[in-house]
Amino acid sequence: MSTANPAPAKLRVATVSLAGCFGCHMSFLDIDERLFELIEHIQFDRSPLTDIKTVGLCDIGLIEGGLCNAENVEVLRAFRANCRVLVAVGACAITGGLPALRNHLDVGDMLQAVYGTVPDDPELPLPLNKVHPIHEVVRIDHSLPGCPPSADAFWHLLQDLIAGREPAHGLIRYD
Amino acid sequence: MTTPSLETAADPQGLRRIVIDPVSRVEGHGKVTLLLGDDNRIQQVRLHIVEFRGFERFIVGRPYWEVPVMVQRLCGICPVSHHLAATKALDRVVGGWPVPEAADKIRRLMHHGQIVQSHALHFFHLSSPDLLFGFDAAVAQRNIVGVAMAHPEAARQGVMLRKFGQEVIRITAGKRVHGTGSIPGGMNRAVDAAERDTLRAQLPQVLAWAEAAVDLAERLHTGLPDHLVGFADTPAAMMSLVGPGGAMEFYDGTLRVREADGRVAVDGFEDQRYRELIGEGVKPWTYMKFPYRLALGPDAGWYRVGPLARLQNCDFIPTPRAEARRQAFVAAQGGRPVHAVLATHWARMIELLHGVEVIAQLLDDPAILGGPLLATGERQRGGVGIIEAPRGTLIHEYEVGDDDLVTSCNLIVSTTHNNQAMNEAVRSVALQYLDGQTITEPLLNHIEVAIRAYDPCLSCATHALGQMPLAVTLRNARGEVLDHVHRSSRGDTVRGTRPHSAEAAR
Ligand code: SF4
Repeated sequence: MSTANPAPAKLRVATVSLAGCFGCHMSFLDIDERLFELIEHIQFDRSPLTDIKTVGLCDIGLIEGGLCNAENVEVLRAFRANCRVLVAVGACAITGGLPALRNHLDVGDMLQAVYGTVPDDPELPLPLNKVHPIHEVVRIDHSLPGCPPSADAFWHLLQDLIAGREPAHGLIRYD
Repeated sequence: MTTPSLETAADPQGLRRIVIDPVSRVEGHGKVTLLLGDDNRIQQVRLHIVEFRGFERFIVGRPYWEVPVMVQRLCGICPVSHHLAATKALDRVVGGWPVPEAADKIRRLMHHGQIVQSHALHFFHLSSPDLLFGFDAAVAQRNIVGVAMAHPEAARQGVMLRKFGQEVIRITAGKRVHGTGSIPGGMNRAVDAAERDTLRAQLPQVLAWAEAAVDLAERLHTGLPDHLVGFADTPAAMMSLVGPGGAMEFYDGTLRVREADGRVAVDGFEDQRYRELIGEGVKPWTYMKFPYRLALGPDAGWYRVGPLARLQNCDFIPTPRAEARRQAFVAAQGGRPVHAVLATHWARMIELLHGVEVIAQLLDDPAILGGPLLATGERQRGGVGIIEAPRGTLIHEYEVGDDDLVTSCNLIVSTTHNNQAMNEAVRSVALQYLDGQTITEPLLNHIEVAIRAYDPCLSCATHALGQMPLAVTLRNARGEVLDHVHRSSRGDTVRGTRPHSAEAAR
């Protein structure tokens, strides 16, 4: 068990969900008690699991979800700028996923239909006309397919990166 | 204390603007804005939901049988709740309601697995750091890793309780996240006896962990300092499904509404008629709607759903261990309804214990191993499915054309029901802790603690994921930055005039 002050040798890992459902994060947590083994080797930076609000310099960035608004794009660019290795996690990040089913619809018409008005407060980030996969905007280093990828897929990817190996793609799945 | 609505300032021009963006350790993306007068008095507070995904629109035109699998992608934290609410609505469409006994019991098993895993996640992984370490503990410690370091046994039990819930889902739905078990009219699989036995063997241990979780939540609550006992105390009506005799019920029942003072106002309300009970309002500053009781109108008709509402809305819990814990909860409040948000965590762990007890009963029931799984009957145009998701009442409604394509869809998710209640809680905390004060990092976390107690699933409510805020920028009315406070990755508070938009490019 490590101490409260993590050793500097630990890899820094940031995670984010852009236009995703959190299911990929849930599948990551499905490594269950292996989490305790993992945190011997990694330290979380910005993540929905921590209170760190902006991404710092990291070894690995795990990105769930595609791009559906201007803010998603800003967060994605910050991850690319700060993360040595960027991993597109799950169908949404890789292809836009289910939310991309809105791409044949006009976003203004959709808002009108759902709300009867278009919420237009300056506090709300501008929605994009279409949902985009993240590789259209930044370079990615690895992808982990699936909706969501299995817990074992996360586990093996992180084990490979911790050991300094090129990740093997033996556990990919497409559901 | 006079409490103006604080929803809209009388004259927003010239007020200082403070933003909390994003809110963290909740599932979803929202932000809080405050407007202050020159005397630092709070004049407006809003919780904004900033994402929009449009599920209600793009589901239209899809074949109805795709829907139970698609709608899970609204929320990966409670996918089972959406899966089952959708299939319950579509059971009506295919005329397969009620479903056969085996299918009913397997669905209930799956759903209680969901309650256990989601409640464990919320309490241990997301909220417990605030309660174990205090609202103003170092940012670096306020997460599950910090809990694992300081309280390894509690962290391990939380992880193992969640695992158990996820395994119950897997053996009923095929996989832990986004399974395919439930289909309109029934189920597509029964439970495998060997997998059932594996889980059954773990029950004595899991029940002990669940009891320990209630002990921990109760101890943390009763140990709160005086000023936090009534934290974000916002009286609200309560809504939930209840079962026969007013029993706590998560899978199927009738709607009950109890007033804030404890009187039952509506009871036995049939789920298919929910539109006669609830309307939905829209405001231009958020993508989350505002449901309200039609009888009272949009201003007075708001209510609360979720663990705190459910525990106090039911008359009893139909399993012995959780019922004993409910009685202790009620006794500790002197029998009066409690509306202080931190009590939600205690209520949530009592529900987790109930979930484990129900799973134990169902794993003992041979009906889950097989028998007829599918019912069919006369086709109907539409249907409503209402379920108690971990965060509260969840409503799905669909209409389907003769060509089997969905023609309309309306969803009211748990977090949406709580929209006004969360806004009220944030306003109450702002008035109590921020009004007239200089903003500090620990004061900011108070707002987030109140939001977290609702366990909002903003990812359901709209779509995104994420981070709630931890950068606050004060601007004057011309948009010039007056002050900026944010939490650095080291966990300390950094003050400066850097606008938060520049942080992303750092
Ligand atoms: S890939 Fe699937 S599980 Fe992952 S965020 Fe998208 S919908 Fe959710």
